[in-house]
Amino acid sequence: MRKTLGPLVVVVGIMFVAAPFLIAQAPYESTMGLIQKIFYFHVPSWMAMYAAITVCGVSSAIYLFRSRAAADRYAVSAGELAVLFGLMGLITGPLWGRKAWGVWWQWDARLTSALLMEMIFVAYLLVRKFGGPGSEKLAAATALFGTATAPFVYKSVDIWRTVHPKTSVVPLLAAGSMPGSGMPFALSSIAFVLLFVVLLTLRVNLAERQAALDEMYLALED
Amino acid sequence: MFMRTAWLVLRKDVAIEARSWEVLTTTLFFAAACVLVFAFALVKEGQAVADAAAGILWIAIAFSGTLALGRTFERERYSETLRALLLAPAPRPALYLGKLLGMLVLLATAEALLVPMVALLFQAALFSRPLLMAGLLAGGTIGFAAVGTLFAAMLVRARSRDVLLPILLYPITIPVIIAGVRGTVALLGETPDEATATMWLGILAAFDVVFVTLALWTFEPLMTE
Repeated sequence: MRKTLGPLVVVVGIMFVAAPFLIAQAPYESTMGLIQKIFYFHVPSWMAMYAAITVCGVSSAIYLFRSRAAADRYAVSAGELAVLFGLMGLITGPLWGRKAWGVWWQWDARLTSALLMEMIFVAYLLVRKFGGPGSEKLAAATALFGTATAPFVYKSVDIWRTVHPKTSVVPLLAAGSMPGSGMPFALSSIAFVLLFVVLLTLRVNLAERQAALDEMYLALED
Repeated sequence: MFMRTAWLVLRKDVAIEARSWEVLTTTLFFAAACVLVFAFALVKEGQAVADAAAGILWIAIAFSGTLALGRTFERERYSETLRALLLAPAPRPALYLGKLLGMLVLLATAEALLVPMVALLFQAALFSRPLLMAGLLAGGTIGFAAVGTLFAAMLVRARSRDVLLPILLYPITIPVIIAGVRGTVALLGETPDEATATMWLGILAAFDVVFVTLALWTFEPLMTE
């Protein structure tokens, strides 16, 4: 992972520079017009959030059942990124909602459950920070519960009647429901997920160095 | 073996409680005080805010449940009895089930006080469909207590456990509370909306299955040091 990091950073950089131009050239949606273009940001940030949650949940389970310290480092790094990307989704969503629905926030199933999912991962970070020694396992359990809610959040728009667009919007956009919308959407989605990979690698590196440093301190004391 | 262990843990908890009445009396008093505070705030000239009763009932259950969870496991901490319990050659999930059943008995007692109290103070028709109401209460309480027992048991070892319990518990269990409140609201109208209440009861059952399964699955590795 570490060897590919340099080229990956360059690729992600180019993608993020190119994305605004492609998004600017994307067609205007017939009813929503310009504000619809926030989809190219909003949806990919949730994709990155789900990627982060998956990594966090899987590595938490591995840590819980196999007690691998490396898995815990992945879990905490992905947990922080889940909160970050979730926050981006929660900010871009209301920006669009204000124009499309006329209100910043609506207590419907999708918005409520997405907010709760974000809160669970904030709680995860709080436990990691203030739980004291031995709180890693407790945090891992929290992450598992948070991961269990993720599929419900994703499917909530199809189960309940909500103001939020249904999940079917995403494949439509990717397939190019409006001519020319597929390419910028695919680009921003891949860019966000790759950004997540880059940030995760960097954060795991940091956690590894912290662990190595802690070991050195311990060795010095002996 | 499994059910017997759970039963023994439950009997131990009930026996301790029957000798001290510590958790039950404090929880019941707190629950009553909680409802009274809401009654002072939300009942004006004998008229409650519409649909407030359902929310207040479930908030009171969640708050007093958190209090009871903290106290129950604080008692296990004093002389390291939780560790002694874990040392016993018994399946760990059975210990969890026993503790969960103890919590359910405690919360059911609290609800036996809370429901009539809310019905009286807020003039709410909580007894119009007793079976559905009991189902909603059972479903909500199981979901809440399943997560609560797991995290309270784990927090016995952690620092600042009093703050962390609600921080962890509420985000995870709010869906259960929402389902409970919506289901109860459906029953409170002039003509109780049984279809809606049954729908929410189904959602509660789904949450209970997910939460209890996850808790039974993770209790063993979580309690291993």
